[in-house]
Amino acid sequence: MSKDTAHINSLENEAIYIMREVAAQFEKPVLLFSGGKDSITLVRLAVKAFYPAKIPFPLMHIDTGHNFPETIEFRDRLVEELGLELIVRNVQDSIDQGKVKEESGRYASRNMLQTTTLLDAIEEFKFDACIGGARRDEEKARAKERIFSVRDDFGQWDEKNQRPELFDMLNGEIEHGQNVRVFPISNWTELDVWSYIEKEDIEIPSIYFAHKRKVFLRDGLIWSAEDGVVYRDDEEEVIEEMVRFRTVGDMSCTAAVLSEAATITKVVEEIRDSSISERGARIDDKRSEAAMEKRKQQGYF
Amino acid sequence: MEVLKIATAGSVDDGKSTLIGRILYDTKSLTTDKLEAIEKTSKQRGYDYLDFSLATDGLVAEREQGITIDVAHIYFSTKNKSYIIADTPGHVEYTRNMVTGASTSQASIILIDARKGVIEQTNRHFFINNLLRIKDVVVAINKMDLVDYSEEVYNNIKADFEELMSKRDYQGQTISFIPVSALKGDNVVNKSDKMSWYEGESLLEHLEKLDKADIFNVGTPRFPVQYVIRPKTEEYHDYRGYAGKVYGGNLSVGDDVVVLPSQTKSKIKEIYFYDEKFETASRRSSVTITLEDDVNVSRGDMIVKDGDLPTIEKQFTANVCWMDSKQLTPGAKYVVQHGINKVLAKVDTIHHKINPDYSGIEEGVSGLGMNDIAKVSFRLNKPIFYDQFKNHRTNGSFIIIDSQSNSTVGAGFIQ
Repeated sequence: MSKDTAHINSLENEAIYIMREVAAQFEKPVLLFSGGKDSITLVRLAVKAFYPAKIPFPLMHIDTGHNFPETIEFRDRLVEELGLELIVRNVQDSIDQGKVKEESGRYASRNMLQTTTLLDAIEEFKFDACIGGARRDEEKARAKERIFSVRDDFGQWDEKNQRPELFDMLNGEIEHGQNVRVFPISNWTELDVWSYIEKEDIEIPSIYFAHKRKVFLRDGLIWSAEDGVVYRDDEEEVIEEMVRFRTVGDMSCTAAVLSEAATITKVVEEIRDSSISERGARIDDKRSEAAMEKRKQQGYF
Repeated sequence: MEVLKIATAGSVDDGKSTLIGRILYDTKSLTTDKLEAIEKTSKQRGYDYLDFSLATDGLVAEREQGITIDVAHIYFSTKNKSYIIADTPGHVEYTRNMVTGASTSQASIILIDARKGVIEQTNRHFFINNLLRIKDVVVAINKMDLVDYSEEVYNNIKADFEELMSKRDYQGQTISFIPVSALKGDNVVNKSDKMSWYEGESLLEHLEKLDKADIFNVGTPRFPVQYVIRPKTEEYHDYRGYAGKVYGGNLSVGDDVVVLPSQTKSKIKEIYFYDEKFETASRRSSVTITLEDDVNVSRGDMIVKDGDLPTIEKQFTANVCWMDSKQLTPGAKYVVQHGINKVLAKVDTIHHKINPDYSGIEEGVSGLGMNDIAKVSFRLNKPIFYDQFKNHRTNGSFIIIDSQSNSTVGAGFIQ
């Protein structure tokens, strides 16, 4: 067995163990699904964990309304093929209800607004565990996150008072009103996720592969000029380039990278050689060094 | 090779974060944007070198105080292996975090400041590594650049540490000494040309050579049932699959097994991983098992090989590391989580406290405070199926949960 296969297998075994602990320890778990490669990987792991039974919890998508159309189309097909239950809650509704205010200007994004919609949905459905695809390698503050991470009534993360996690033992005891964020792929790196997608032959949305797109440049990053979601100054010139996306979050804060990688094998090769980290293409982290930690304290996923 | 998890331990200012930053830098694991952020901040602070600790100290409070206060996980890989480093804080008050970091690690690095030598903290780090039976320990004598790369300084520290080793309980531990300078990069990834007197490997060379067969703890197979899979569909009408992770050793189709606590005997009929059938389930794999007979099995039960039973008891004695500000006292009730199994437990006796700096034991203690380590006996409301920690790392350990706060307040290693 090559190093890569043995290593991916051990990560997969760990993630399946975590999925089963969630199903056993909680009454109303939910898998937070964004349509991105990490949440698609989670769905695959959940399928394997409970086979031949169906996944014993629903999927939930917090839709910013600024998703790449390819992602939504993909999401609906996946849910239908696997016969899963999908819950969708919209950031637009939170805006219409006056709960959050849309940002404006050059760096306007709905990424932060998702938090309110998510917390409302958790309360609406009384979810006690939310499975997410965050990984510790993504960002410094995430490197300290537990696999079972307890959130209080306000969805807040108390990073100085986290439960120690020893050996394989996961303590999911919570009080009424609290919930646990669960991160089964905590120990995976970006390359691990891509290698797994390749090994398992998992289908992912087309925007992850190189394609021609109308884009413009700002702050050294490449932004989509299609769909009119990203604010663009008149002097910011639109050009056509071969690009692909490394993450598919909200369109307004997800930059593309120049790429010729049109197949999964090429993507894996490209990631292996890449010298820019994945979140380097996420503008919301660049606001300040402590950006991620602050968002997490407020309940961001 | 599976993922190799390494715990690091060192005192304040021993340069632990710098060492990890150096490993990342020299293995080219730092991406351009992360490196630029480090360069920018180092410059802003007026340093004349790159402060690699910025790569790992993730929380704002840590960056402000310049210390590590929680376990951070750092990932890198070489051609041969994937590594996860659990970077744990070195302060006395964070003993619990060291125990936590070490619990999931197969190897550990203990850092010593060459100018200070073996200090009380070193005793503590070594004690915890030995208590948790970490198989491979590397003693990295750091800041060699500040002692003129002196062989004499290195030898003196090594001799002091060897004296400490003579007191250890777990003698099977492999211990290696490496003189390094994390700041300058000597003997971390690349061999140093400044210490020709040192003929051993660099730190990374040593880690690269660690063999899975030697370093991963093995015992007898234990299969705690996590979840019962019942599809309730036409196709799988009578299917009952027992999902769980195999610990200690392998299980195979046809093995005679016993289900605990009922002690019902059966045979393994099939082993599934997803939709594929296997003859053998190897250690640490998350599989689904079916049995030949229609036995009543539920979560928390354990499937073991016939003739190879663990201890089945309503009481046990363990070394406990206490992790809460509220004291543990005799008579207090807690939830003990042993693997996935939860039972109610009452503290029977605190036999004695063990000073983790090898200065002996303390008898007649009335309670345990945060970071105390002690020998404690518990009584349980129902039996658990355990092995001694020295024979089985997974089945010999447990955590203690406070049923009021729901927090994990302690960890224990069964004797």
